[in-house]
Amino acid sequence: MSDFFTMASLVFVVGSGIRLATPFLLAGLGETIGQRSGVLNLGVDGVMLLGAFGAYWTILETRSPVAGILVGIAVGLAMGLVYGVITVTMRAEQGISGIGIFLFGLGISDLLFQKKVGTPIPIRGFGDLHVPVLADIPKVGEMFFQHSVLVYVAFLLVPAVAFLLNRTTFGLNVRAVGENPAAADSLGVSVARVRYTTILLANGLAGLAGAVLAAELGIFQQNLTNGQGFIAIALVYFGAWRPVGVMGGALLFGMVSATVLQWKTLGLVSGAASSLTAMAPAVLTILALVVISRTVGQPSALTRPFDRGH
Amino acid sequence: MGRWLRERLAHVTGSQLAGLLVPVVAVLAAFLIGAMMLLALGANPLEGYQALFEGAFGDIDALADTALKSMPLLLVGVGICIAFRASVINIGGEGQMIAGAIVSTLVALGCGDLPRLILVPLVLIGGLVGGAIWGAIPGALKAYSGVNEILSTIMLNIVAVQLMNFLLRDLIMDPYEKDHGRLPQTQRLSENSDLPLLPGGTRLHIGILVAVGMAGLAYVLLWRTSLGYRIRAVGHSGAASRYAGMPVKRTIVAALTFSGAMCGLAGAILVFGSESHRFVTDGSSVGFTGSAGFNGIVTALFGGLHPLWTIPSSFFFGGLQFGANAMQRAVQVPAALIVGLNGLVVVFVVSSDRMRRAVSESWGQGREIASERSQQRDSDQTQVETREEAGS
Repeated sequence: MSDFFTMASLVFVVGSGIRLATPFLLAGLGETIGQRSGVLNLGVDGVMLLGAFGAYWTILETRSPVAGILVGIAVGLAMGLVYGVITVTMRAEQGISGIGIFLFGLGISDLLFQKKVGTPIPIRGFGDLHVPVLADIPKVGEMFFQHSVLVYVAFLLVPAVAFLLNRTTFGLNVRAVGENPAAADSLGVSVARVRYTTILLANGLAGLAGAVLAAELGIFQQNLTNGQGFIAIALVYFGAWRPVGVMGGALLFGMVSATVLQWKTLGLVSGAASSLTAMAPAVLTILALVVISRTVGQPSALTRPFDRGH
Repeated sequence: MGRWLRERLAHVTGSQLAGLLVPVVAVLAAFLIGAMMLLALGANPLEGYQALFEGAFGDIDALADTALKSMPLLLVGVGICIAFRASVINIGGEGQMIAGAIVSTLVALGCGDLPRLILVPLVLIGGLVGGAIWGAIPGALKAYSGVNEILSTIMLNIVAVQLMNFLLRDLIMDPYEKDHGRLPQTQRLSENSDLPLLPGGTRLHIGILVAVGMAGLAYVLLWRTSLGYRIRAVGHSGAASRYAGMPVKRTIVAALTFSGAMCGLAGAILVFGSESHRFVTDGSSVGFTGSAGFNGIVTALFGGLHPLWTIPSSFFFGGLQFGANAMQRAVQVPAALIVGLNGLVVVFVVSSDRMRRAVSESWGQGREIASERSQQRDSDQTQVETREEAGS
């Protein structure tokens, strides 16, 4: 184990942890916005898969990572529109319709991949962006300032989303709609419009998260996300519906995964035992849920469709 | 005009039929979208669907394979019926299947020498127990700690997958594989634990009888026992049930435990009814379950959350899954299309659940209006008078 406690390991764990945390963070921030307005979207994983395939295919065809990312976001927005119609206009049960969206994304992304691409051809995503001056600091630069531009975007979104939710009129409306839609409605806030907007933001970010995953890995395959979207949903609860909390959870997940990777590389754990360590984040989340459910209340109107009545 | 038509239709069909039509329309709509996708991919949808249905229901062997495919869907679907009836959203079917498979495999490895007559029921009970444990945990967390069951079941899915990967690569790994191939799987499990085949020369085994029997038992549980009554009452209104003195928390735990047990049994049947008679993983849950833990939600919803209706519903979706391979061969469109269409069916059924209610309500009104038309004028008169009185 002493092999592990070295500077090189620390640099690897922190650096890779940040990289691995990015898709969780993007999808989790989106889900946070949605849930604060009372909308649970269990379909994140499916939207991520579709966004990932859209981005992968675009980059493969055009060789332009920027175009790929934009397509990923566009796919997410389109799925958001669908989800808005289902849950806001049709007022369907959110938990179950989310599973429908997940199955749709899982199947269709696989279908399109097999039909349009077939074999996994690697793509080139964004290169690492070395932040001037800061990247040259030994160790610290390697850990924090030599990442893809997408990583910086994701982490800069944390204060941006916090600002949006806590310091703007729109954010106030979002929180009002999530806590007491009837009261918000009686004050002239359109519950439907607010929820459509948050659903579009949430799904756009989920599509982006998938696009980032595909661009960073440089590959697509069946079920590429392997449940990352579901973990992102759990991180929202873990972070008690606060962007900074979600970031903390995403970093914890990323760092634990990176640690396991490093242990495997150093031969400290066998392949089999690494499965056991891979359980740790899920178990931690369950424990966190037990604590959080006692201390922090979720948005009161979460999963409740709003009916104005006639 | 529209109202007149509605009244006529309500006379002929009644609101009951309107409710039955919804899932059918949902499937037709999903298939229509699927047809457009097939066209966009340059395949002939008619040819594709023909191959799909012939592959699934064309002859006796196809029917037997379809029944095999629908077995886990039926058991998970029955489990989902029990949970959803209590308003508990069990997304943990995948994990509960794996837990059932693990416990039943341990039973078969531990008591492989027992005679078949004892060992087969024993491994099935092992599946029930494993799934029940994996369902009771989120049930207790929800009832006593207020943890959202959607999240805890998702997290327990992850834990179960990793537990399976660990066990199949280490403690219960095939000794031969340990030395040679390193394929994560168990040894060939005891022959005394093989599920007996049904007569008829197909690959169909007694698992199908077990699954259908469980659907019947679940019906009895939900509609003929006091526990079932409590489950449905809690599902309707937790507050009202508490007020009526029902043990709401224990009922929630019971619902998720039974739900998990059904899924666990599905996992055990997957292992002991498999061709290889081994427990095999490819590292993901889908590799073992074939997404049955999620697709069981589709069959349950399609069956109107009724265990008996879930039987034909599962058979239909099992057929789609199995027939998808024939479609893939005929028109070169990957079978993954069917997974996507299943998702659409869920979305349509859940969206139209509201429509179903709206439709049956308005049709119900239509019938009322028709029968009470003669008294309408009088009642209108009374209403106006009442309103005037209230106003003054």
